[in-house]
Formats: sequence, structure tokens, C-alpha cells
Amino acid sequence: MSESPPEGDADERQAHTVRLELVDEPGELLNALRPIAENGGNLLSVFHERGSLTPRGRIPVEVDLECTPRQFETVVEALREAGVNVIQAGTERYGEEVTVLLAGALVGTDLSDTLSRIEECTSASVVDFSLTDEQGADGVSSARLRLAATEGSVNAALDCVRDVADEKELHVVEPLVEGEA
Amino acid sequence: MKLAVMGAGAVGRSVVELADEYGHDVTAFADSTGAAVDADGIDAEAALEHKERVGSVGEADAAAALGADYDCLVEATPTTLGDAHPGFEHVEAALERDRHVVLANKGPVAERYDDVMALADAGAGEVRFEATVGGAIPVIATIEGMDPSHVTAARGVLNGTANFVLSRMAAEGLGYEHVLAEAQDLGVAEADPTFDVDGTDAALKCAILANVLHGGGYSLDDVDVQGIRDVPSSALELAAEDGRTVRLIGEVTADGDVRVGPRLVTEHDTLAVTGTQNIVQLETTNAGRLNISGRGAGGPETASAVLADVGRLPER
Ligand SMILES: NC(=O)c1ccc[n+]([C@@H]2O[C@H](COP(=O)([O-])OP(=O)(O)OC[C@H]3O[C@@H](n4cnc5c(N)ncnc54)[C@H](OP(=O)(O)O)[C@@H]3O)[C@@H](O)[C@H]2O)c1
Repeated sequence: MSESPPEGDADERQAHTVRLELVDEPGELLNALRPIAENGGNLLSVFHERGSLTPRGRIPVEVDLECTPRQFETVVEALREAGVNVIQAGTERYGEEVTVLLAGALVGTDLSDTLSRIEECTSASVVDFSLTDEQGADGVSSARLRLAATEGSVNAALDCVRDVADEKELHVVEPLVEGEA
Repeated sequence: MKLAVMGAGAVGRSVVELADEYGHDVTAFADSTGAAVDADGIDAEAALEHKERVGSVGEADAAAALGADYDCLVEATPTTLGDAHPGFEHVEAALERDRHVVLANKGPVAERYDDVMALADAGAGEVRFEATVGGAIPVIATIEGMDPSHVTAARGVLNGTANFVLSRMAAEGLGYEHVLAEAQDLGVAEADPTFDVDGTDAALKCAILANVLHGGGYSLDDVDVQGIRDVPSSALELAAEDGRTVRLIGEVTADGDVRVGPRLVTEHDTLAVTGTQNIVQLETTNAGRLNISGRGAGGPETASAVLADVGRLPER
């Protein structure tokens, strides 16, 4: 995924928000904050939602910082390089996450092509991926994909997954997005 | 009220057995080959015993039941697709005689809703069909009570067999074929489970719900249907690792889209009922979300919904 450059004067310091997802281990938060300071970001606040876990048992953390738009790009890159899961960065909001299952001849139909096609045709990003290693006698395996979609584009992301899967004769188990109705 | 009960399977039989408890008399009772007819009320025990011995509930012609003296026809013959024969003809015969109709049979209201309503509008008889969706659960009555204009969407688990299979596969890590065979042994799945596992049964129920919510115009063809056969147990394992599970969910959206398919829900989602349980979730204006769950099938359960409908009819 690519961040479009934030609006405004490239040298003006502004407040930005990043939403991160951290593993519940000592030192993880510090680890995540280091790339911010090292790249010129000025920490404003850290909201550490200890009580609420993400579906994968991670802790959602919201960080407000001040820096120039250019620095912000570097900060986000550095965070990702440090292995931190960035859910939302600045104005581009990967606010909506959906999980889908794929089943069928995943390996036989070129799995990496399937994944890159899903990445390509949506305003979504594959943030997590698990594949069952055990293949049945008929070459059937299953995969779980977590997609982060930009605000309001969950349905478009799911349409895309469906199209790619249809073409490869894979079965999709879509999430029930309640309240969409 | 005087009832003519068409069909002597699990549902028809239970209606006949329980009618008295609800203050009604059965004056006609038919199966595919015979009928028992008596204007003063048939002898239910004798009719069922006759069926046991001879194969039919009585010596009268099955068609005689349609011409009998009754206030309400209870339609409990097999659900069929397309023309909904013979249920539709039974409904037609009753409505043309200005009699009320209560359906357990999904066919006429899933496949020919507009035809049925046109017949009802043309005469004095009313048509009710609570038992066709969610068995014992008062889904239609709830929607009617809120008024369909205040119910924007409906979704739920509407097939106990498919739900049993999916929830057992997830809980035990067993394969589809294994769990299906087990369900057949337990009597949860029929010898031919096609309608249940391919989503057809749930889709018929969704077509009925769509007809109620959106004022008609829907049949099975309008439902996007996907069954559960292609959900391997490895997919359920992956879902479980992530705190999720898969259920066969039927949905009628506010936009009028109707679909049935396996869907990922969180393990603790209200819709993630287990075993043969059914659940319906209604989105309403002003009242938020309503959930009603219970037994979606079974002779007495379905008969209770039929007899509740009979109780809602105006006196003739
Ligand atoms: N079982 C449930 O839990 C449930 C729940 C909700 C709705 N329903 C619906 O309710 C209906 C009845 O269900 P069921 O389980 O009782 O079905 P079933 O066991 O298959 O019984 C169907 C009955 O209809 C009779 N029949 C067939 N053709 C007929 C005809 N032309 N005239 C008169 N009777 C005829 C059959 O006669 P024979 O006995 O001679 O074969 C049989 O007695 C179905 O449409 C089903 O989809 C069932």
C-alpha cells in the first residue's frame, strides 16, 4: 500500500495520529515509539487501550505526534520496518478490517498471484495471512486473510476478493458485516 | 375453528394431535392417498392408527378433504419448488371458498407469494404462514407487530441441519461427510439433505421474509444461494484460531438484496447459535436490534406456530 502525501506545506509541523496494533509483551510499546522519536516526531500522547484486545489478541494503541508531512512518511515507514502493525496512518484510514476465508486448490491456483491480485484491485491491504499446511487428498487447503480497508470500502474489497476467487474456482467465506444491511 | 389439515407428516400429525388443546376441531385430515372427513370432528387417534395399518389416514378420497366443512385449511404437504404443487392448489381451493389458510408449507409463499396474496385479496379468507420461517419462533408475528415498515432488515440462522453440521465440525474438528452421517443417524439430517446443506431451505425462508418486508415480488430465483458443502474443516480451524466461526446465514437487506451463504462471525456473536437452534435478528427503526431464537423445526414446535396462526385469524 502507498500513502499519498499529506496535504499542506511540506515543512509545516502538524499533528498526526497513527493507530498501531501491539503484541502484549514487555518492551513492545517502547519498541514502537522509538522509530517516531528517531525520525523527528514529537510525541504528543499515547493512548494505550489495555482493556480492549483486537480479535487476534493484540493491543490497539493510538499515538498522536507532531512532525512535518515528510517526516511523517518516514516515521510510518520506519514503524513498518520495525515490524509494527500500522492500522491507520494520518489521513488515510485503514479503519475497517475484515477477515475472509478462502478454501479450495489455493496452492494449485498460484497463491501468491491470488494475494497480489487482491492487493492490487482494492483500496485494501492484506495485513495478515494464514494458510493451512495440511492439504487434503484433493489438494484442498484453506486460508484466512485479514484485510484492512480504507473507510467505506469494505464492500468493494469483498467484491474484489469474490471476483478473484470466482475466477480461480475458490470458495470464499465472507464476513457478516452487521449493520451494513 | 374447524380445521382441514392437508398432510399427515410430522407437522400435520402434530397439528391434529394438538388442535383440541388450542380449542379447535379437525373436520378433515388428508395425506397423499386418503382422507378422514367428519363435520363433527374426526377421531384423530383412529385416523393415525388407520395410517399406521393401511398407509393412509382414512378411506375417503384425498380430494374430499378440500370440499369438507371447515373454516381454515392447514397446508402441511411437502414444500416443492416452482409451481409449489400440490400446496398451491390446496391454498387456491380454500381461498376461492372464502376459507382461511395457514401454511407450514413454504412453497406457495416462497415461490408464488404474489399469486397467493392476489387470491386472498379477491376473497374473504386470510392467509398466514408463521410456521414457514424459523419453526416455533414467532418471526412473522414479530415483524407484523412492529409493522414491516419499521423493520429494515433481517438476518439469521434458518436451517437447523446446516447449523448442526457447521457447529459440530467446528467443535470437534471433524469433516463434513463424517458430521453429516452422524446427523443422519441422529435424525437431524434427512436421508437426502440436499435442500438443507445447499442452502435451498434457508433461501426459501429468506424469500418469504423478503416478501413480508418488501411487499412481495420475491421467489427462490431472487436469492443468491451458497451452501456449506465447500467449507472444509481446515477453514473452520483457521476461523477458530482467530476467535471466529462460520454459520450459514440468510440475509434480507434494506436494499432488497437477499442472500444465503456461509459467513464468518465472531465466536460470541449472537448469531453463532449451536446445534439445531435457529435465530432471527431484525433491524428496526426506533427499536434497534431484536433477536429471537428457538427451535426451528420439529412436529410439535411447528404445529405450535401453525396453531398460534389459527388463533390470530378472525372468526368466520
Ligand atoms: N418438519 C418440520 O419441522 C417443518 C418445519 C417448518 C415447515 N415444515 C413444512 O411443513 C410441511 C410438512 O412437513 P412435514 O415434515 O410434516 O413433511 P412430511 O413428513 O414429508 O409430510 C408430508 C405429508 O404430506 C402428504 N401429502 C403429499 N401430497 C399430498 C397431497 N396431494 N394431498 C394431501 N397430502 C399430501 C404426505 O402424504 P403421505 O403420508 O401419504 O406420504 C405426508 O403425509 C412441509 O412443506 C415442510 O417444508 C416442516
